Amino acid sequence: MSVMDSERQVTAAGAAADLRVRRLTKNFAGHVAVNDLSFAVERGSFFSILGPSGCGKTTLLRMIAGFIEPDGGDILIGARSMREVAPNRRPVNMIFQQLALFPMMSVGENVEFGLARRNVPKAERVRRSHEMLERVGLAGAASKRVDELSGGQRQRVAIARSLVLEPTLLLLDEPLGALDLKLREHMKIELKQLQAAFGTTFVYITHDQSEALVLSSHVGVMNRGRFEQVGTPQELYYSPATAFVASFVGANNRVAGRLTQRSGAVATIETSEGWRVHARTSGAIATGSSVEAFIRPEAAHLERDASSLPEEHAKHVGVVESLLFDGANSAVLLREQSSRLPFRVALPQTGRLADLKVGERVHFSFDPSRAICFAAADG
Amino acid sequence: MANTLALPLPRAWTPRLILTLLLAPALLWLVALIVLPHMQLALLSFRERVAPHEYEPSLGQYQTFFAEPLYWQVFVRTAVLSVTATALTLLVAFPIAWVITKVARGRASSLLFAICLIPFWVSETVRALGWLILLRESGVLPALLVKLGLTAMPPELLYHDATILTGLVYTSLLFMVVPLVSSLESLDNSLVEAAYDLGASGLAILRHIVIPHAAPGITAGCIVVFMLCLGNYLTPNLLGGKNSQWFTELIYTQFIVRFNWEQGAAFGFLLLGLSTAIVALGLRMSGQRFVDVMRRS
Repeated sequence: MSVMDSERQVTAAGAAADLRVRRLTKNFAGHVAVNDLSFAVERGSFFSILGPSGCGKTTLLRMIAGFIEPDGGDILIGARSMREVAPNRRPVNMIFQQLALFPMMSVGENVEFGLARRNVPKAERVRRSHEMLERVGLAGAASKRVDELSGGQRQRVAIARSLVLEPTLLLLDEPLGALDLKLREHMKIELKQLQAAFGTTFVYITHDQSEALVLSSHVGVMNRGRFEQVGTPQELYYSPATAFVASFVGANNRVAGRLTQRSGAVATIETSEGWRVHARTSGAIATGSSVEAFIRPEAAHLERDASSLPEEHAKHVGVVESLLFDGANSAVLLREQSSRLPFRVALPQTGRLADLKVGERVHFSFDPSRAICFAAADG
Repeated sequence: MANTLALPLPRAWTPRLILTLLLAPALLWLVALIVLPHMQLALLSFRERVAPHEYEPSLGQYQTFFAEPLYWQVFVRTAVLSVTATALTLLVAFPIAWVITKVARGRASSLLFAICLIPFWVSETVRALGWLILLRESGVLPALLVKLGLTAMPPELLYHDATILTGLVYTSLLFMVVPLVSSLESLDNSLVEAAYDLGASGLAILRHIVIPHAAPGITAGCIVVFMLCLGNYLTPNLLGGKNSQWFTELIYTQFIVRFNWEQGAAFGFLLLGLSTAIVALGLRMSGQRFVDVMRRS
């Protein structure tokens, strides 16, 4: 009974887990691709695995799909162990990076392919594939050739081709990577809506933090074969668990220095050039040890006049080095006056300070509770 | 001063002139060595010698072909064996091409391809003689069979249809492997994985993904190999001996032994017609277009 109970173990949110990975390990010629990894993905969620290239995320996904044999550990899909189960027998389907639609078949035949392999009769195959195409907004496209479709339509065919088989889990291997920016933004929204409409559990891998944040209900940030942090996009953004997560997710200013003093949760960090900043600490850090502090560009206030800054926070002076205009994401790159360190500050969206000039002297400050510092990796 | 060397031609002529010059060798080859001799042969095949240096237009040569059972039986036999050899070559070459393109990686793949190529550095005659050494009654393979106790007397392995087929498959293998490799190389591995992921078995992947993708390469290879087999003279003659009954031997006999150029020319045209008909039939059956296939080969 106790085994059954653990198989049916329930995740924090109360839903059953569709995917459970236990102590999964994979080595390639002495290089550890996936290192003793364990996690669970709850039913109906959109789970992203975010990491730089070479972090092992593709290996992980291909192990879940069954294309790579793990060295150790186990993968359970819908509480069933996938050990010794071939890819064509797993209740998992994958959306490939290049989509891998079959060019020798029509759109309808592509969607029917999996059903035909399960010996579903032709009439029902046609009915179900038409239904599925209609659900992804491609009604009437069944007789088209694959190369007649636009990039976005192809993506929807790839999803229809997989979802028509009603898999427990849909794996997506950076399917937006090959699209141009405009279409990518559009497809992001479409993917999220499709996932919500079908309710299938999606496991999505990407190196693009904005895709992971926008799409996912939970994100695992992967680095060197391990998860640095698993959490909601908000948790990753506002309370990163490690320096890697802080620097990888979203834009961040990194200030490296020594922890010189602490009062309560707030520490003072002094860089080797003598610049002092304040930040809250993550975990116990001894005074005098090297630390890395991270301050989000939008956490800082920017003013021409020091007296306009809030009184309670330490004030810093910088010189405008370049203006990075990007609509709502516009920022200004400063050089802090005493240390000459670069510091990025978001421009207010009201259009105030839009007339800043390169070389101008400005004042900035930030709330130490919105800045975070970690013990430096190399001590 | 630099432009004194430029051709004193209107600008519009220059590209056309370059094109003509580039095409000239190919056109010369085509007209002088293929079209003109064939026209001459066509004229030869439709005339009959009634007296020394006196000829009349006639269909006599073609009538002889159909009237004489030996001729058309050899003709049918050559066609059937050539088609069989082509099919066998495809069966042997496909796994080789698959291993070269999809299983072996990097250097191993190049090495395997080189291994297929190296025997072709040796002339076909020498290779056929090599087979003779291996297969003749006092040769290597019969001696081995006796030594293993499989037969009491060394068997005669030469001069069978199977021997001819073996020789033809061996000679044509490379011409099948090359187009197959090029068409399998362009097969995206993720298509195979996607089919596998969608529940297809190995056989279903082969049937629905690999073969449709490689169809132009398969057709190209089959056309080339079929033509080579049908027109082969050396291999059937050496390995099949007097029993080989290959149609090219009949043509040779007419031209060289009987000095009946008219009959030889008619046979030549019948062979041309046969290969054209079978290739057209093959294209039709596989649903391929000749232009697509030629682009692949």
